[in-house]
Amino acid sequence: MKSSVLATPRPTRQAAPGADPAKVAFRNLSFSFPGRQALSGVTLDVPERRVTAIIGPSGCGKSTLIKSINRIAEIGTDVKVEGSVTLDGEDLYAPGMDLVDLRRRVGMLFQKPNPFPKTIFDNVAFGPRIHGVTGSGELEQVVETSLRQAALWDEAKDRLGTSALELSGGQQQRLCLARVLAVDPEVILMDEPCSALDPISTARIEELIEELRERYTVVIVTHNMQQAARVSDRTAFLLSGQLVEVDDTEKIFTTPADRRTEDYITGRFG
Amino acid sequence: MKRRFVETIALALLRGTALAVLLATALLLGSIVKGGLGVITWEFLATEPTQGMTHGGIFPAIFGTVCITLLMIVMALPLGVCAAIYMVEYAGNSALARVIRASVNNLAGVPSIVFGLFGVGFFILFLGRSIDRVRGGGLLFGQPAMLWAAATLAVLVLPVIIVNTAEALNAVPRSHREASFALGATRWQTVSRVVLPQARAGILTGSILSISRGAGETAPILFTGCAYFLPRLPIAHLGIPFTGLSLPMVNPLDQFMELSYHIFIMATQSTDATLTRPIQYGTTLVLVALTFLLNLAAISLRVRYRRGLEAR
Repeated sequence: MKSSVLATPRPTRQAAPGADPAKVAFRNLSFSFPGRQALSGVTLDVPERRVTAIIGPSGCGKSTLIKSINRIAEIGTDVKVEGSVTLDGEDLYAPGMDLVDLRRRVGMLFQKPNPFPKTIFDNVAFGPRIHGVTGSGELEQVVETSLRQAALWDEAKDRLGTSALELSGGQQQRLCLARVLAVDPEVILMDEPCSALDPISTARIEELIEELRERYTVVIVTHNMQQAARVSDRTAFLLSGQLVEVDDTEKIFTTPADRRTEDYITGRFG
Repeated sequence: MKRRFVETIALALLRGTALAVLLATALLLGSIVKGGLGVITWEFLATEPTQGMTHGGIFPAIFGTVCITLLMIVMALPLGVCAAIYMVEYAGNSALARVIRASVNNLAGVPSIVFGLFGVGFFILFLGRSIDRVRGGGLLFGQPAMLWAAATLAVLVLPVIIVNTAEALNAVPRSHREASFALGATRWQTVSRVVLPQARAGILTGSILSISRGAGETAPILFTGCAYFLPRLPIAHLGIPFTGLSLPMVNPLDQFMELSYHIFIMATQSTDATLTRPIQYGTTLVLVALTFLLNLAAISLRVRYRRGLEAR
């Protein structure tokens, strides 16, 4: 964990002209829980430093899809995985995969803000600490940088030592974002990050996503069609565990190729 | 009209049962305090029984109770808490975890006298005698002693501690564990930095309550170490090498007197049960007060941690 990485821009990767390099790639991924198949045969590329939205009705497997990237979906249950998920070409389900390293590289924002019942400072410093940062100067710097990136610094700087639970819901979600940013991930997963927030807090999170795309690869699951249209570059439509269509967001929302996509985004079902 | 009638009846019945509990507690405590308060003097608390245990104090029994309770805590608490952490955080819902959970619950339902017999059979006759055989040179471990009585009590409270601890661990929201894992924390980091700090208050209060339950038990120590009457405290003088000095230490291989057992002896085995009645009351009051003190500690801990949780 180098905190200085936060301040320096990432090296840009050479991409083939006209094609975004796939940061995360699903290849024919099937994912089942005991007695329930969540995903079947999903093939999808998530381009680097773009925002990819996953839309679809409840229970279509959106959450499982993004939780298969940081391998959170399998915690506390038995899962069967076929096909592959890769991050920079590395098979995430290969035996001996280092989950600690994977989850450092792939951060996640959850549906409901879930700050720890610790101080604001300790929440943001949690990640760096478990990854071995102990110097107080270094920690303070990471905490400040991360809170600034999550647009929470001005509101939080005078109360870093107070409990995170005293923050409002929207502030808590931004704190959770700062907590993710503090471990300097490459990919940020968001599982309906605004579903528990009011419209103003939602707008702030969306502004942040806009800024995040410059440096991070973002995958966002959302129930809110307008949100997908506003924040994402690419949109994937999932139905009953299968990928129906993926394309540039503008195309999906204006001229979708599949009839089912059109029905869904125009509100005919879902 | 009828609905309101039923409502009134239901309320009256429920309130009545709640009051009955209150009444039972008040009667019990009232009679103990009434009978015991007059007996309690400094002399009663600080001296040993005299004249065939019909006079004098109960100091050896208080001393024994405190010692055995502390020894039991040292044995049972780490074991119980660790077992519960394994059960909840590591074993998940595997077949092994289900078997462990079932046996813990069954263990909690075993009558205490069975634990007493188990203590004799396992700790004294098997473990103690085996140690003696290996050691050679006569009976030392293979006889009733504070060590084995405390071990037996520890086995008795172990399932209760495990169940309480598991409950406290399960009360920590799953979302906090998920957040921790998603940040790249290992399971132990998640347990030690996220789960335990939140569950600590619940674990401590639950454990203290189960310990206070065990501290008043008679049956498990009946055959495993407590004495009818012991004219000395279970203390040995441990010599410090080269100094010629010696340090008084509690000797866990000695027998001991204990409050609840003392009450039992006074009430049923005494030469004159009527004559010892004040001693019975006084001893009971002391035992109840000690248990109450433990419960009070549990409550104040809970209050303090609830307040502290916000800031920590």
